[in-house]
Amino acid sequence: MTSHLKALEAYSVFILREAYAKLGRLGLLWSIGKDSTVLLWLAKKAFFGHCPFPFIHVDTNFKIPEMIAYRDKTARELGLEMIVHQNVKALEEGMNPQMGRLTCCKALKTEALSQLTAKYGFEGLIVGVRRDEEGSRSKERIFSERGEADFWDYANQPPELWGQFKTDFPKGHHIRVHPLLQWNEIDIWRYIEEERVPVIDLYFSKNGYRYRSLGCEPCTGKIKSEALTVREIINELENTTVSERAGRAQDQEDAYAMQKLRRDGYM
Amino acid sequence: MTENANDLGRNTLKLVVVGHVDHGKSTVIGRLLYDTDSVNQGLVEKVRAISAETGQPFEFAFLLDAFEEERKQGITIDTTQLRFKTKARDYVIIDAPGHKEFLKNMISGASDAEAAFLVVDAGRGVEEQSRRHAHTLSLLGVEQIALIVNKMDLVSYDEKVYNQITKGIQDYLLSLGLRLTLSIPLAALLGDNVASPSKNFPWHKGPTLLEALDALTKEAADDSGLRLPLQDVYKFDDRRILAGRIESGQVKVGDRIVINPGHKLTTVVSLAAWLERDIKEAAKAGESVGLIVEDEYYNRRGEVISLVESPPIVSDRFKASIFWMGKKPLIPKRRYKLKLATSETEAEITEINHLIDSDTLAEKPSPGQVGLNEVAAVEIALNRPIPLDLFVNHKATGRFVLQDGYDVVGGGIVASVEERPPVHAGFAKGVITARCELFEEYFYHLSESMVNKIKPPKPHYAVGDKVPLRGRSFLYPDSFDIVVFRDLVAIKIRQGEVADIVTFNDYAYAGLPLINGRGFGVLVHSEAEWLKAQEEFAAMTPENEGVLAGRWLDFNAYRHIPIGGDDFSV
Ligand SMILES: Nc1nc2c(ncn2[C@@H]2O[C@H](COP(=O)(O)OP(=O)(O)O)[C@@H](O)[C@H]2O)c(=O)[nH]1
Repeated sequence: MTSHLKALEAYSVFILREAYAKLGRLGLLWSIGKDSTVLLWLAKKAFFGHCPFPFIHVDTNFKIPEMIAYRDKTARELGLEMIVHQNVKALEEGMNPQMGRLTCCKALKTEALSQLTAKYGFEGLIVGVRRDEEGSRSKERIFSERGEADFWDYANQPPELWGQFKTDFPKGHHIRVHPLLQWNEIDIWRYIEEERVPVIDLYFSKNGYRYRSLGCEPCTGKIKSEALTVREIINELENTTVSERAGRAQDQEDAYAMQKLRRDGYM
Repeated sequence: MTENANDLGRNTLKLVVVGHVDHGKSTVIGRLLYDTDSVNQGLVEKVRAISAETGQPFEFAFLLDAFEEERKQGITIDTTQLRFKTKARDYVIIDAPGHKEFLKNMISGASDAEAAFLVVDAGRGVEEQSRRHAHTLSLLGVEQIALIVNKMDLVSYDEKVYNQITKGIQDYLLSLGLRLTLSIPLAALLGDNVASPSKNFPWHKGPTLLEALDALTKEAADDSGLRLPLQDVYKFDDRRILAGRIESGQVKVGDRIVINPGHKLTTVVSLAAWLERDIKEAAKAGESVGLIVEDEYYNRRGEVISLVESPPIVSDRFKASIFWMGKKPLIPKRRYKLKLATSETEAEITEINHLIDSDTLAEKPSPGQVGLNEVAAVEIALNRPIPLDLFVNHKATGRFVLQDGYDVVGGGIVASVEERPPVHAGFAKGVITARCELFEEYFYHLSESMVNKIKPPKPHYAVGDKVPLRGRSFLYPDSFDIVVFRDLVAIKIRQGEVADIVTFNDYAYAGLPLINGRGFGVLVHSEAEWLKAQEEFAAMTPENEGVLAGRWLDFNAYRHIPIGGDDFSV
């Protein structure tokens, strides 16, 4: 492995262990995508083959069907403790992307996550976001506090230095832990290649198209690609200037869409 | 494992860009990314759209300032990290805000950088935050500082201006004990000297911005001797694993190690891993490891593993340089939480020796507190001794943060550790101390017809220590509370051990027997009586001393006076 990937891996493991040592009830948000699957792998490394916290999947009911099948199969194989949660009320009331993409994301993801955090009393949620994904994520802290109603006070973030993270906060608040913050997209793929991390095959080309980023079926576009292997994906990324989330419709709604979603608790 | 030959030799350097607000930090970075085709098309278009919408020319700074407020106000609020690569290596470039208000964000960004670019506006020259940032970098341990004299177009590319600014920064860094790594002139907005040399300043024979990056040197792994702060002890299966990140030095199977505090000696049996292919014989600084050791001590987070011959200092008192980020000023005697590596403990600033003026680096007399963004030399006392090092010897175990309530309000580095002044007290937990005569033996000296006292050999007790419950002239219960009225401190003894030492303020009557600092029973049987006794002893005078003793104390409860003589010994 390159020294760069080794350093990233070691730091992520350090972060996961800090979260486990310092936060109360902890869960890992597993979106089924490549990032949170790498996160799963890193957790196994951090805890020597064990995963001392549950994996959480916020199921919007609009996910690409293969994702759900892959989720259930992997969870079984790895013996993961899974928590699957839906915003049942919003779904019963007919929430869907036609009602507005941001409205839909807010209800089926942000609100669902918030319900689940409250229901299980999570003090720490481990999330696989990365700085290079989009602007507001680049400003994140590794341990990022979420206040009342999961609000992210991004203009007034605490200092984070020398590996001393935010681990003290009022009851009712929780911490989003971001072990992959300093990774970028190509690091993820190089790591998957090196470590032979199994990923869902939606990332590989079928009939000339593949998914680069996974989300809900109605709002996630495919990209033109012939990449059939991890190596070919890496080669493709080395030669692109198109952003990773270009296929994610909610990001394109307005220039600050993501910042606004995330302020209110979106992952 | 496949190794990509191209990648193998590449390394990543973490670089922070600092400077006074508006001197052009974001533009420098944005232009660098733009001129080297390092930004994705989507972002360039997004920024073009936002610039057009607001009727502004293309703002390179917008490539970094992602928050709406940042673009609207044209300032960087929070730090951003970007990846960038040259032919030689990869970079993480950290854009740190220059606004005074956001110094804590600058510190967050700069704290783990290996090198810094200090951007100074040629037209405005060195300003307050230019110096403050350089000063802060030195406290953060960033020693490699390069100067960018930006906006050369505003001073007609005048070499004299450039030289003068360079000289100023050079001298300032020298007084911090640092050397200026290199200096270049630039006009970021116009792309002068960014990716290619500029015709506008033919006098500049040095590197372009792009070349200057590659001229920085990668910090070598810290080889100052093994420091492995324990994060946790895992017992998920039949392995007992000490987990942590190696902060400096290396460790290998068979090493004789010592775990502090407590000076626990043992040997490394193996380095644990989940996957077979990750199991190895040795690991070095930066790696997150799990040690399996020969002896099963009681281990916990906060302990530090080192080689036997070079352990850290274990102390509860030291001198430090600190920088303050709290809205409320630092005040002596207030309780803060100190976090150093994986240790956490209560701390008190016992003395503010002086403030340091970032402009002149002169020492200013202490006004009794340290305000927002100020730097000070202080003395710190902790609740309990923890393993630590001088910052000059070991960076990671020589620096700490201070927390007030939930918030980090300060950072600091350990400057010196003093010999502990002798404690006359019998019980001590950091700054809380209490006198103790509980274990002194009384006897009646027949030939002299008087009561004498013998002092026991070990007069000091800390939390976790065992105390002698039975002597020749005393017998205490297994669990009781010692209330030392002279020092307003209570000591909780549980199963013969000191469980805690607290001030009366933090003490609540627990229904257990109360014994005073001399071993006499205190006649208190309820919370109300306890409050009353406290009140009366607080108001004690030499005149009513006898009355109070008669009302509240029972000499015979736990003590008796045997007849002894010269042979009476403990
Ligand atoms: N004339 C001139 N203006 C510049 C140059 N570099 C930056 N600026 C302008 O200076 C202002 C502040 O720049 P910015 O990068 O936001 O500064 P920061 O606060 O240090 O990040 C912006 O309006 C830039 O367009 C330069 O080389 N020449």
